[in-house]
Amino acid sequence: MLLVPCPWCGKRAETEFFCAGQVRPPRSELVDADDDEWIRHLFYKKNIRGVLEENWWHEKGCGEWFTLYRDTVTHQFIGKE
Amino acid sequence: MSSFRLSNGGRIDRSQHLTFQFNGKTYSGFQGDTLASALMANGVDTVSRSFKYHRRRGLQNYGVADVSSMVQICGANESPNVLASVQPLYQNLQARSVNCWPSVERDLGSLISLFSSLLPSGFYYKTFMLPHWRVYEPAIRKLAGFGSAPKRKSEGIYQSCFEHCDVLVVGAGPAGLMAAKTAAASGARVLMVDEMSVPGGSLNYSEAVIDNVPAIQWVQKVVRELKHNTNVSILQNSVAWGYHEGNMVTVLERSISENRLLVKNWKIWAEQVVLAAGAIERPIVFENNDAPGVMSCSAVRNYIQQFGTAPGKKAVLFVNNDSAYETVRTLVKSGIHVAAVVDIRTAVGPKLSHQVKKAGSELLLAHQVKKALVGRRRISGVLLSDRNEPGKTKKISCDLICVSGGWNPAVHLFSQSRGLLKFDDELAAFVPDRAVQQTHVAGRIQGTCSLNNILLQGIEAAKDAITTMGLSIAQPSVPTTAGEVDSDTPQEVLWSTDDGRKQRKSFVDLAGDVTVFDLSLAIREGYSEIEHLKRYTTTGMGLDQGKTANVNAIGIVAEMTNRHPAEVSTTTFRPPYVPVEFGAIAGSRRRHEVLPYRHTPMTQWHIRSGAEMHEAGARWRRPAYYPKSGESMQDAVRRECNAVRNGVGIYDGSPLGKFELKGKGATRLLNLVYANSFDGIKKMQGRYGIMMNEDATVFDDGVAFRLGDSHYLMFCSTGTAPAMERKLEKLIHVEQPDLDVILTPVTEQWANATVCGPMARNMLESAESDIDFSRRQFPFMSFTEGRILDFPVRIFRVSFTGELSFEINVKSRFGLQLWEHLMELGQAWEICPVGSEANHVLRVEKGFLSMAHEVDGVVDPIDLGRGNLVHRNKPDFVGKRTMEIRRRNRIQNQELVGLYPVERSQLIAEGAPIVDVGNKNESEGFVSACVWSDACGRSIALGLLKNGRARKGEKVTALVSGQAIAAEVTDPIFYDPEGLRLRM
Repeated sequence: MLLVPCPWCGKRAETEFFCAGQVRPPRSELVDADDDEWIRHLFYKKNIRGVLEENWWHEKGCGEWFTLYRDTVTHQFIGKE
Repeated sequence: MSSFRLSNGGRIDRSQHLTFQFNGKTYSGFQGDTLASALMANGVDTVSRSFKYHRRRGLQNYGVADVSSMVQICGANESPNVLASVQPLYQNLQARSVNCWPSVERDLGSLISLFSSLLPSGFYYKTFMLPHWRVYEPAIRKLAGFGSAPKRKSEGIYQSCFEHCDVLVVGAGPAGLMAAKTAAASGARVLMVDEMSVPGGSLNYSEAVIDNVPAIQWVQKVVRELKHNTNVSILQNSVAWGYHEGNMVTVLERSISENRLLVKNWKIWAEQVVLAAGAIERPIVFENNDAPGVMSCSAVRNYIQQFGTAPGKKAVLFVNNDSAYETVRTLVKSGIHVAAVVDIRTAVGPKLSHQVKKAGSELLLAHQVKKALVGRRRISGVLLSDRNEPGKTKKISCDLICVSGGWNPAVHLFSQSRGLLKFDDELAAFVPDRAVQQTHVAGRIQGTCSLNNILLQGIEAAKDAITTMGLSIAQPSVPTTAGEVDSDTPQEVLWSTDDGRKQRKSFVDLAGDVTVFDLSLAIREGYSEIEHLKRYTTTGMGLDQGKTANVNAIGIVAEMTNRHPAEVSTTTFRPPYVPVEFGAIAGSRRRHEVLPYRHTPMTQWHIRSGAEMHEAGARWRRPAYYPKSGESMQDAVRRECNAVRNGVGIYDGSPLGKFELKGKGATRLLNLVYANSFDGIKKMQGRYGIMMNEDATVFDDGVAFRLGDSHYLMFCSTGTAPAMERKLEKLIHVEQPDLDVILTPVTEQWANATVCGPMARNMLESAESDIDFSRRQFPFMSFTEGRILDFPVRIFRVSFTGELSFEINVKSRFGLQLWEHLMELGQAWEICPVGSEANHVLRVEKGFLSMAHEVDGVVDPIDLGRGNLVHRNKPDFVGKRTMEIRRRNRIQNQELVGLYPVERSQLIAEGAPIVDVGNKNESEGFVSACVWSDACGRSIALGLLKNGRARKGEKVTALVSGQAIAAEVTDPIFYDPEGLRLRM
């Protein structure tokens, strides 16, 4: 189990959090996307090997949303570049 | 006491006798014994039977490395697969051997050995394939495997514990103790875990002297100091069994006495980890090397020094390195005769040869053990051969063979942490190379042999850890050491004296009964890569987990394929390092405590009133129905339905999901999440809507009421509430961050008593209340606030039953009082409490949607006949884009239909597929719900059917367990299709 560094509460157990996945463009930026782009946005995730920016929610804690950089190989959280 | 207990020595408390039972016989031991040492003291040779061939197995090693000592702990806290060598003895302990029937002494399974030529590596794949593996599986499962799963729930408790520390030290041997001491002196919070019942590791059986006192006294002094330091905690009987990401180590702490707390499973997050896990003595493989009486040199020293037990009476040593000669000293001191020392090397140092001579033993250089000679219960001698003239053999009688083939560093945890290993040629084993996490290694795990260097490395590892953390180091004094075996001749590598050409019982992996022949056969069959070979032969896969088997297996394979062991390489080590009970992982999360049930303020009332309680989504326990005495479920449900259709019913709607939305963007959020428009709702009015996922599948349906200009209350399905919260939160904060809304879940804050049925209004009008319940003042889909008695209530006019309905919400703390008041008030109208079963019937009659019934994660709103709720002219809503693409492609979807079973009283099981009979195509849909309806006077069903709406009047067939049931397609609303009754 990971210790997730919440910017408000410090390191807390992973079970307190909800990971909402990779950071992706907000809906407003997809208004002009054609069908192909839209479907890609919906169903294709990058699944990279390396550092990924993710949305996290401290669901059973302070309730704040924040983003974190996580190395998908080591599960290490890395400060924002 | 028996003749296998030495008259003195050992760190056991001889004043405290403990009695215990093994295989039904009563024995006695001492406080401080392990089950293994107590069995040895009582002369029990055979502890278990082997996995495949059911051969007799005795104690071979000590601590977690003794994979042959697995037993079943019996009694109230039965536990299979416990190692006798780590199980502390306690009063009245009961244990039995595993893998044997009817008894360990007369095991019928051992007949398998007679057919062992039929059981080569991969024999499962080769032998039991026709007609099908399943035919053979039950019998094989009974024969193979180890202990049996307990039939009863354990009375004892498993506990999960969590800990954080600066430095976690794994192993309380010389390196670990020095590391803990150094780190503690620097002010770090130190936790030291050790798998044995006493600290000291290899010093427990060492003849060495540290700081001018016997090593074990030095250990006791250091531990005393550590215990005085409030920054230090020490866990004994605690095996670190997993090293995970985030520098988290899992540790299993076994209770040392039979109390209710059996096991603590620790999750320990450490800033820095010092691995001082030591090394495990490597066997040399020879024929019958598994027989009781064959033991590692270090185990022999350990049993004598720590427990004062004699592993045998006449010993022969079989060695390839200097470290093993310490065993001669220990054996002689305890009065055990050493018949011969068989060393494969051509020469040893003069001190060692002198020592052997002094012991009155024969030193046989350049010799090797070909075979152990097996007597009735244990070995009776050895057959030696000259390494230069293999034909020349010699027999020596003995009852103990002490083997040392070198040392395998215990790199398991290091490897689990994804640290890289390298092959060390001098040591002929794998050692840690590069750490990936915050890991430091010290002592024998690195292959270090000299005690002085081991202690120094302990200091160094702690220094590294402390500096990484930015603390300053207190310079520790380095202890002086003496009394070790003078090592001057390097070890000579020997994996096995069996070349594997013939089928002999020379075991590489004792836990899985894998022989040298099995390895050679697998190579001949093409499994020469170690990852394939491991899986094909199961070497190192079972209980052993590579503790004693892996390096030998790799060495043997390297020799057979003319490669260097580094080239053969090692397989991946994975947790657990030792067997871990499921109970230990689950901890106290047993039964419904895994996820506790949620109770409404009225739950106890329902139970008192005789309700059958069921779980109904999101862990809420709800009444299913309220049977009167002697009443069947069917009758109770019919009675409750009729009350709602003809009189008045009341149900507990508290679990329904509720969210308050506040902020300027509240209306915009509703317009975004619902497919239909939420513009223009007047204050105190509500609207029904349907919600999609972004991929256009239906997510939920529900109503939202406007409480103020920028204030709404939104309802959702009970089971969807947790997912709804996440979805809306993500939308507000991530996907549409410009929305100015605050979402507050208020499900538990409001109790809900729903009064429904044609008499509901009459009943409520009789209440002491300031609310006007008339149709004109309080129409359908509106909301009012007021009081009933003194309770402030919010009442919503929505209906899930199709009848006139008032959902009365009150703050949870008043829930029960209000409910009881309504029950009293309703007596005049014969009010009937209604459970979720009746609710289900009523909603099916109305064709209302139920999540996970009709809404199966595939259908969109149009499929469900809710196309009028999809307002495509709205600029944007979740699912709109995908819905358009979906509809443009005109895929033939399954659509919601009603079904009349042709036989009027026939019920069709939920989930039954609708098929095109005689045609083996995919199913055309399924029955999502089917109930008996008194209101319709027949059974009715809802279902999803391909192209269903166009097929009204058609006959379809549902399949239930091969039986075909005919049904007619109809509209999905069976009762009051105009919806007049709920608008009353």
